[in-house]
Amino acid sequence: MADSKELKQIASQVRRDIVRMVHSAQSGHPGGSLGCADLFVALYFDILKNDPKNFTLDGKDENLFFLSNGHISPVWYSTLARKGFFELSELKTFRQLDSRLQGHPATEEGLPGIRVASGSLGQGLSVAAGAALTKKLNGEDKLVYVLMGDGEQQEGQVWEAAMFAAHKKIDNIIGFIDWNNRQIDGDVTDVLDLKDLRAKYESFGWEVLEMDGNNMDMILDTIGEAQKMTGRGKPIMILMKTEMGQGVDFMMGTHKWHGVAPNNEQLEQALQQLDETLGDY
Amino acid sequence: MKLFEAKDQKDTRSGFGAGLSELGETNENVVALCADLTGSLKMNAFADAHPDRFFQMGISEANMMGVAAGLTIGGKIPFTGTFANFSTGRVYDQIRQSIAYSGKNVKICASHAGLTLGEDGATHQILEDLGLMKMLPHMTVINPCDYNQTKAATIAIAEHEGPVYLRFGRPKMPVFTAEDQKFEIGKAWKIKDGKDVTIIATGHLVWKAVEAEEALKEKGIDAEIINIHTIKPLDEKAIIDSVKKTGCVVTAEEHQMNGGLGESVSGTLMRHFPVPQEFVAVNDSFGESGKPHELMAKYGIDTPNVIEATLKAVERKK
Repeated sequence: MADSKELKQIASQVRRDIVRMVHSAQSGHPGGSLGCADLFVALYFDILKNDPKNFTLDGKDENLFFLSNGHISPVWYSTLARKGFFELSELKTFRQLDSRLQGHPATEEGLPGIRVASGSLGQGLSVAAGAALTKKLNGEDKLVYVLMGDGEQQEGQVWEAAMFAAHKKIDNIIGFIDWNNRQIDGDVTDVLDLKDLRAKYESFGWEVLEMDGNNMDMILDTIGEAQKMTGRGKPIMILMKTEMGQGVDFMMGTHKWHGVAPNNEQLEQALQQLDETLGDY
Repeated sequence: MKLFEAKDQKDTRSGFGAGLSELGETNENVVALCADLTGSLKMNAFADAHPDRFFQMGISEANMMGVAAGLTIGGKIPFTGTFANFSTGRVYDQIRQSIAYSGKNVKICASHAGLTLGEDGATHQILEDLGLMKMLPHMTVINPCDYNQTKAATIAIAEHEGPVYLRFGRPKMPVFTAEDQKFEIGKAWKIKDGKDVTIIATGHLVWKAVEAEEALKEKGIDAEIINIHTIKPLDEKAIIDSVKKTGCVVTAEEHQMNGGLGESVSGTLMRHFPVPQEFVAVNDSFGESGKPHELMAKYGIDTPNVIEATLKAVERKK
């Protein structure tokens, strides 16, 4: 297992990247990206063990990751670049014309690390279930990870996929739900309450774990626990409590920074709170 | 003399089932998914022979499209099966994002297309699917005309890298194309040479065009008949070359006039060689319950409609 202190330092840099990318484009989704930075760093710098220089769309004999709530693309792009999937300088092109870093993740421009487009919500769990089935058909023991948003749980397709994965005993899949209780229009509990999310997944036939998604040690421990539960006939869902905007005080405790870019002054305020550990791009 | 002697009457969906079964034996990467319509899609033989490669999805078409996209990651070639209505409009965004935009090698196989689904009525009779699918970048759109052509197309699309929409139907229709044909995606099939008019037909309307040809001959009209089985990419050269010779065109399809094959042909000809065109298609209307042949007559996509449209197109040349 990687040193969690080192991972936290990487996460701080990823958060700086996120804020700078969204500021530079004057568009994008900083809130959820900041909230999920710890998970992305844990996955790419410890869990997945992918070779960033030999990315293939087929991902044979590799652990796979899918992002269903594609609007948090800044955290994914920064993490991929920091891991070496592509040049750091390419982060400057986020949301610009002729960029591989589309507003929402896409395969069309051939960005290493992305295997399916996402952004229109509710589709990632289905795709992950299909990819996990192919791993089984190919006799692979590698795992498939997928992240969804909590607001995204309002999409009906998520529950089709949840029913399917449990029925087919797709036990090589570990899902995460970014449970920050925020969506564009407000708190999830106000917009359309998910009620007891744990009970929902359990009743659909999943193993359910919970963790603090902004605590690196707990992330590593919980994913480790989830890995031990694979291969036992049930898919696994980790409900990940996070704070939208984590790391930037004025972006926390509100849904307002879901999809808003900081101005120059706000950028400076944010960067003062985030250590530049690896050097800005 | 008749152009063809149609010996058998078979449904195109059974051609799909036969093609899929053959693929099961010849291509181990082919997998099949079905949303609770295995019998209707004639997928039982594949499911029985390859239970490990067949996925019963239940009544959840959106999930089926996403799972199919995921199955391609690692090299599988998924064939999804449900009615055309549930293969397209119901899951348009899933197809658009997870399959077409993502360039996934999924074969969307759609049965019970059009009016000839019959008694179930308009809720199930999609007449907009070709338009929906042809608008999607990267999507190949195929609508074969009989059992043999559907079987050949099913086998051919497994060899094609990229998303494909394969449309077929429910009713038994004459089998008149060759049993051992090789299906070439995007290549028009000229059924008969002629000099007075080009009749371009797809799907079940190809046989109607063949029937019409005989009556037209008696009226002194020498019609050229082209089967466009691939709506996209469209064999523009075959269309333009024919129309340059005949000077007018009739398109015939079991689909809305808006967004169908006829509009694709119009667009091509308008850019390259404008001529009078008549459309045999459903004119901005939903269908209804009835027997397939009754519906084709009522909604104007039967043999007499092809004859009438052809006479009109020839008349407009003058």
